[in-house]
Amino acid sequence: MDQAELHRIEARCIQEEPPRCRAACPLHVDAREFCTLLAAGRIDAAWAVLCRTLPLPGILARICDAPCRAACLRSQCGGGIDMAALERFCATSARKTPPLHPLPSRGKNAAIIGCGLPALAAAWDLARKGFAVRIHCRAMADIPASAYLEDCPTDIVERELERLRTLGVTFVEDAEPAPKLVEALLAATDAVFVDPRACPAEALGIPAPDPTTLETTRPGLFAAPSPAPGTSPAALAALGRKAALSIERLMQGASLTAGREREAPFASRLYTNISDVAPLAPVPVPPTGYDDTSAREEARRCLRCECMECVRHCAYLEHFKGYPKTYARQIYNNASIVMGTRQANTLINSCMLCGLCEELCPEHFPMVALCLDARRDMVQRGKMPPSAHEFALRDMTFANGESCAVAKLQPGTTTNRWVFFPGCQLPASAPDAVERTYAHLRETLPGGTALLLRCCGAPAHWSGRQDLFAASVDALRADWEALGTPTLVTACPTCAQMLREHLPEANTASLWAVLGQYGMPPSPAVPAGPLCLHDPCTTRHDDALRAQVRTLCAALGITPTEPSLSGRLTECCGFGGLLADANAPLAATVAARRAEKLDGTGLTYCAMCRDLLAQAGKPCLHLLDLLFPADDTPPTPRPAPGISKRRENRVRLRERLMDTLWREANAPRPEHESLAIAYTPAAKEIMEKRRILESDVARTLFAAKRDGHILARAGSPRRLATHRPSTVTYWVEFECDAAGGYVVHNAWSHRMRVSGVES
Amino acid sequence: MSTLKVLSEDFSNWTCEACGETLVPRPVTLDYLESRFRVELPACPRCGLVLVPESLALGKMAEVERLLEDK
Ligand code: SF4
Ligand code: SF4
Ligand code: SF4
Ligand SMILES: [Zn+2]
Repeated sequence: MDQAELHRIEARCIQEEPPRCRAACPLHVDAREFCTLLAAGRIDAAWAVLCRTLPLPGILARICDAPCRAACLRSQCGGGIDMAALERFCATSARKTPPLHPLPSRGKNAAIIGCGLPALAAAWDLARKGFAVRIHCRAMADIPASAYLEDCPTDIVERELERLRTLGVTFVEDAEPAPKLVEALLAATDAVFVDPRACPAEALGIPAPDPTTLETTRPGLFAAPSPAPGTSPAALAALGRKAALSIERLMQGASLTAGREREAPFASRLYTNISDVAPLAPVPVPPTGYDDTSAREEARRCLRCECMECVRHCAYLEHFKGYPKTYARQIYNNASIVMGTRQANTLINSCMLCGLCEELCPEHFPMVALCLDARRDMVQRGKMPPSAHEFALRDMTFANGESCAVAKLQPGTTTNRWVFFPGCQLPASAPDAVERTYAHLRETLPGGTALLLRCCGAPAHWSGRQDLFAASVDALRADWEALGTPTLVTACPTCAQMLREHLPEANTASLWAVLGQYGMPPSPAVPAGPLCLHDPCTTRHDDALRAQVRTLCAALGITPTEPSLSGRLTECCGFGGLLADANAPLAATVAARRAEKLDGTGLTYCAMCRDLLAQAGKPCLHLLDLLFPADDTPPTPRPAPGISKRRENRVRLRERLMDTLWREANAPRPEHESLAIAYTPAAKEIMEKRRILESDVARTLFAAKRDGHILARAGSPRRLATHRPSTVTYWVEFECDAAGGYVVHNAWSHRMRVSGVES
Repeated sequence: MSTLKVLSEDFSNWTCEACGETLVPRPVTLDYLESRFRVELPACPRCGLVLVPESLALGKMAEVERLLEDK
């Protein structure tokens, strides 16, 4: 990703767009920030927000008629925020006004003709920027009428004019504003602005100025047409501000037009979801204006408009305390680091690549592509942390290895029209259900059904290992071709997605569609209580698959409820994108959050979703538990098998099928499996958490015994075995029992290599 | 390269089962991803088998591994 690409991506996220109030305000007061502070009772801080933005805040805050109110999003649910009344309350109640810090003198002077709001605002801005300013008017006594200050208390007006003088503005009561005065001042000063309330451009006989700059055909002269009657005071002040900015740019020799698109009121691109906002009417303003309580109450009605549509629904986006726009920059910076710590590695590897954000985002921000590309880039440059995905990739290799993988035609047949492809996680989670399903398919599908046991390659894909993924898809294709290119019957929605996208030449059909079409199992069992259907996130764009599942449920006589986010808006269980590998605590949070949204017993059709939700404490069933129950009693939610059990399940399934169906010899079990090993419950728990497999422990004990790598401690029956099979060193704390077996108490591992000992 | 002392416990009641030797503190080289450290760890004076206790593996060592992975 280069800078230009980054900016393109960043621009898709509109979270930093201004709220409607600010965009609609001619002076761009941030009513959102103002209300937030006021609602918190921080009157002085709220006043500081006005002082930062408004020229002559003491005056403007009292006369502003809040053109933002019509644009305020609150107007769609109760009524726009009464900014006018809130500003007045703030102006009268604030106890501290921030001091003015004008910039040092620039040695340039400007003359302003007239004393209406445009004139005063232009003078305020120019004086603060270090220009010497003179206001030429007929009489100071004109000011209240020209600037709509009739209702403003005299002492307030006096105080603000005094502040103008403190900034160095001088008032000259010398003349009628007439073209002759303009000429004289143009000759004597660097720039002249004519307040249209005193002398509009048309009266000067000068062609109507370009409205964005107020520039006229006379160099150095800025003017405006007569404002329409009833123009808001804020808009009049904004006119003066515009002139001041043009004059400043003229004197700096800068472009008068560049980057001024959003100076006038504009429509913000910010999107704010108000579907859950209850209507709430404005707090009535008493004749004396708001007091502390009523002002706070009114300010609290502000919705604090922002987007965050995606963040609100994604524990991952929330966890890293930003939003996609900020993440895009962090990811970009991460890639650019040559020396030092890459701060965003965990951020990049924790996205579930589930696509919910993109679905919710009004601009379809490409978070999945951003994270996946970053992972691929890290892999290619050798910067992917080995620990991030190694466990999942090892598991994938194992699932594709000779102890688990199968590619065989239905026994007794020579060609098959179908091949059952349950994926690698279903055999790991529910091997018996896989066996029963395959038996049913063999009986019901016309033309024979082969079996293909292996991984679809999703872990390689998600971890950014494009080489490994390509190899995995090639191997899958080769198996499928060797079986005679039968229609792939998928049970796992992730497999279905992977095959559709990466093996498009293959015909696929979901198990659920096939069952519906060619015959349901003879004795399904349906639990009594309410069921809540969880759609796996890999079905987000597979409307057909989700429909097939619902049809199947109907055929079983069940109508499950659905959580608030379902179908196209379904949430990930925490497995997607290998989150559990890169960030186990976050994966647990995600699963728990999803589990909480499901009423009653969860029902789903992805083995990983089922297991992760079960692990989060949610009673959860797989559709196959209902379709192919172990016996004819209603299925009860089973716990999630641990990491070692998952492997064992796959191996056992293959062994059983080889024995009973194809009557072929199985691959011999590895030597270390001959050891008799028992685990204390504590050891089992620790190993699960540290992702140490029983086979890792067995291998360690076997190798340590063979090589003598065992340490003993005086006075303790426990000993310590160590072994480094590849990139991880394992340590196993064990005891020997009388029968020559082992009892394992503890295990740990590290990646750092002990490479040398000095004597 | 100086030798870091990372363990404060006493390991003199540990022995190497194969050699029957008591473990003694030794300078040990540790490698991970192009980085190399020298730390003092209990080791068998005869065969060089080194003990990496749980507290070290899951504490400081894991921390350093993580840091190096993000480098
Ligand atoms: S609700 Fe608040 S933030 Fe939103 S537009 Fe209105 S004042 Fe601005
Ligand atoms: S986890 Fe899903 S919803 Fe969250 S950022 Fe990643 S793709 Fe989007
Ligand atoms: S949904 Fe998220 S990514 Fe999209 S604009 Fe809103 S905050 Fe940005
Ligand atoms: Zn030894």
